[in-house]
Amino acid sequence: MPPADAVSHHHAARGHHLHPLPLRVMHWINAVTMIVMIGSGWKIYNDEVIFGWLHFPEAVTIGKWAQHGLQWHFFGMWVLALNGIAYVTYGVATGRFRRLLLPIRRSELIAAIKDALRFRLGHDDPTRYNAVQKLLYVGVILAGILIVISGLAIWKPIQFSELLALFGNFQNARLVHFLCMTAIVLFMIVHVALALMVPHTLVAMFTGGPVVADGEAPASAQPEPTH
Amino acid sequence: MAIKTPSRSIFRPQRRIDQGILHEHRKLIETIDRRNVLRGALSLGALALLGGCDVSENAQLQTVLRAVSDWNDRVQAAIFRPGHLAPTYPESQVVKPPRFNAFYDIEEVKPVDGETWKLELAGRIDEKRPLSIEEIYRLPEQEMIIKHICVEGWEYIGQWSGVNLRTFFERVGADITAKYVAFRCADGYTESLDMPSALHPQTMLATKYAREPITDPFGFPLRLRTATKLGFKNAKWVTAIEVTNDFPDTYYRKEGFNWFAGI
Repeated sequence: MPPADAVSHHHAARGHHLHPLPLRVMHWINAVTMIVMIGSGWKIYNDEVIFGWLHFPEAVTIGKWAQHGLQWHFFGMWVLALNGIAYVTYGVATGRFRRLLLPIRRSELIAAIKDALRFRLGHDDPTRYNAVQKLLYVGVILAGILIVISGLAIWKPIQFSELLALFGNFQNARLVHFLCMTAIVLFMIVHVALALMVPHTLVAMFTGGPVVADGEAPASAQPEPTH
Repeated sequence: MAIKTPSRSIFRPQRRIDQGILHEHRKLIETIDRRNVLRGALSLGALALLGGCDVSENAQLQTVLRAVSDWNDRVQAAIFRPGHLAPTYPESQVVKPPRFNAFYDIEEVKPVDGETWKLELAGRIDEKRPLSIEEIYRLPEQEMIIKHICVEGWEYIGQWSGVNLRTFFERVGADITAKYVAFRCADGYTESLDMPSALHPQTMLATKYAREPITDPFGFPLRLRTATKLGFKNAKWVTAIEVTNDFPDTYYRKEGFNWFAGI
């Protein structure tokens, strides 16, 4: 059981919700937009597959014909990019990323993976992320950034030729875009499955969750818990 | 789009559109206000996701999605770099024959008779005399080995020769301060370009592929070839060109594809 001093319900005046309102709004906008982008992206992919063995079933794509997939995708891109910029700016400016996601220590990561494999990963304190969670969240944020950059390179391979050069060529940019999508989908499966298994984390993303004291030092600055 | 007294044009009906119909339906048009459209779009979007059925063709939803697509046209015009060249490739990489794509299959292509074919010119052009293919062959020739990128995601390298469109416009006295260039094709296809893209150094009226006259499926005797647009913008079997300030709608835009379609 991790120390409970991180969670305080007595400092509401000087504290904030684990997930403050702007964060929750951005999270759910992103959730809906991601589904739109992935479903419409699968529609676009199906017209010229990268892997011959992989066609997405029409039932899980968005858009009746090719033009609809494109319409949704090039509508969603604005919401995804603007919301994403707001989210990353917020995460950096408020110190949320530094507080919750960093640092990721190798020893902690190995310990957390071992615990996870034994189904012994603690999750009683939703205000502390274990090293696996930190790595997944950082990873999916980076995949989100890369999917936007590779998307811009595919959208404008000539106007943004400098961006395309990062990927070598057009088909490589498509492949990177596809792999980022794959990473995000895998993350979403794990993320949603765990949120359903530990429902108070899901509730927290609606209600804000426990109140955390404002001046609380990042977990890394505190002594290592001795189990 | 407001209908200003357009120039006499083969692209437009000779009679003006009856404005009375607009007045009759004003009430209805006013009820389709923005808020309703947005509300409709959001709830329909949510329903589409939950129900697994597709409502993309819903009229209200199309209003929203096409409005965003038109906004994307403006963004693409703003980021267009008029002097920025698309990469060119060595002749050894040229794909022969080029890859076919149209709104119908290759077997349904109706070849154009080069003997009787004429290129009609309309709109803001001084010299409107129709041109034969022989006359076009005599114009200065430009060659470019560029990529053709399809909206579907495939691409190939092709070697195109023909007259640079800006050079052509100078010869026939086209008004290059006009906004649009419209193309009409033998198969009924319609296409149009914004003027900056039409004047890009890598935009041409192509007559040859791999140094031979373009073959029937790929647009004989004349097609548009531009390095800064998606494949479908490159109209084949062109029979008429108009320079105009009135937006010329296109076959694929009417189907819901993006108009600017820049790359």
